[in-house]
Amino acid sequence: MIRLVLRDLALAVRAGGGFGLGLAFFLIVVVLVPFALGPETTLLAVIAPGVLWLGALLACLLSLDRIFALDFEDGTLDLLACAPVPLEGVVAAKAAAHWITTGLPLTLAAPILGVLLNLPGPGFWWLVISLAIGTPALSMIGAFGAALTVGLRRGGLLLSLLVLPLYVPTLIFGAEVARRGAVAMTLEAPLLLLAGITLGVLALLPFAAAAALRINLR
Amino acid sequence: MAWPFLPSDPILSLRAIAVTRGGVPVLSDVSFDLGAGEAVILRGPNGSGKTTLLRTIARLQPPLSGEILGEVDDIAYAAHADGIKGALSVAENLRFWADVFGTGAIDAALSAFDLRGLRDRAAQHLSAGQKRRLGLARLLVTGRRIWALDEPTVSLDAASVALFADALQGHLTAGGAAIIATHIDLGFDARVIDVSAFRAVACDDFDGAFL
Repeated sequence: MIRLVLRDLALAVRAGGGFGLGLAFFLIVVVLVPFALGPETTLLAVIAPGVLWLGALLACLLSLDRIFALDFEDGTLDLLACAPVPLEGVVAAKAAAHWITTGLPLTLAAPILGVLLNLPGPGFWWLVISLAIGTPALSMIGAFGAALTVGLRRGGLLLSLLVLPLYVPTLIFGAEVARRGAVAMTLEAPLLLLAGITLGVLALLPFAAAAALRINLR
Repeated sequence: MAWPFLPSDPILSLRAIAVTRGGVPVLSDVSFDLGAGEAVILRGPNGSGKTTLLRTIARLQPPLSGEILGEVDDIAYAAHADGIKGALSVAENLRFWADVFGTGAIDAALSAFDLRGLRDRAAQHLSAGQKRRLGLARLLVTGRRIWALDEPTVSLDAASVALFADALQGHLTAGGAAIIATHIDLGFDARVIDVSAFRAVACDDFDGAFL
């Protein structure tokens, strides 16, 4: 499984665009928001946590259809299904590789982009924590959606429609943690709910995604 | 791996297997045994169900009826698509599979398919025949006893077919077995099974297509 993660990372680095696409999209969204809304720093400070979370979520969505599609097309997925690695493990490894190439860079870039949106001082720390806790769920849910749509030509639209509603709870609680952090309110409740969603997703969805893959490989 | 059977016992048994493709039954009542050191060649016209039967044997899809006896972890499947990543080198591609299957060594496999000179070449720059040889070399690093091969010699030249025949002969001599769907003569004795003899009769089970 670790081997599979390392291979996916090597492919993402060498093929180019693996790390860059989501990050560039995130950068563009966050940079353009102040231009669209005007230079009112008080307004920007209010919406900053929400905009950063929304940008990260949409950036995550961009690369989802590649999680299984490439391996399906060149036959690797068939061979992995016959390999001594359980398909649940393959799903978990693919989701982990997706998180490292997308969720992790987004989390690390968020505080830098927070400056552009005049994010209040105490919010930076909580923004990073909420993204670090929330983005693994985005990758895992995305891997599940990708597993459901893997055999379809142009499955990207269907994938987005399937995945977006599942992203809503993570978005609500993640953005809430970042917002409360920015105005220095107590934030235990949304933080625990966000962590709960992530842990539940990580525990359950590998099995659901592996079942979907088995059906799609038939 | 423990050797659960006596050498004379079959290591894979198909009992009255029926397979479907796209919800349509294509073969029914397929039964045969495969012993250690034995190769079975599947023949039949295009669309007769050779690939579907091989995928069923590799447990990629369940049979419609019947049962397959034998260890799931004994089978190495090789299909039309080789599962090669163009951005990785030949050696990296092979080492990935060696690590996944837990065998580790790739040098013997590289030599067997004459890939030593290409080991650091990116796989995207290989010709179709070289890619095929890399795909076949993967079989050697799986360490599995039964090879289920779907048209293994497509795009190979005569010399490469000979390399493949040698590798297969070595595998059989070492106690392995192989089920091969092919149209060409590999140049050694093997039991030939013509799958068109098992063609399924059209079935009226309307609900079956949805289950």
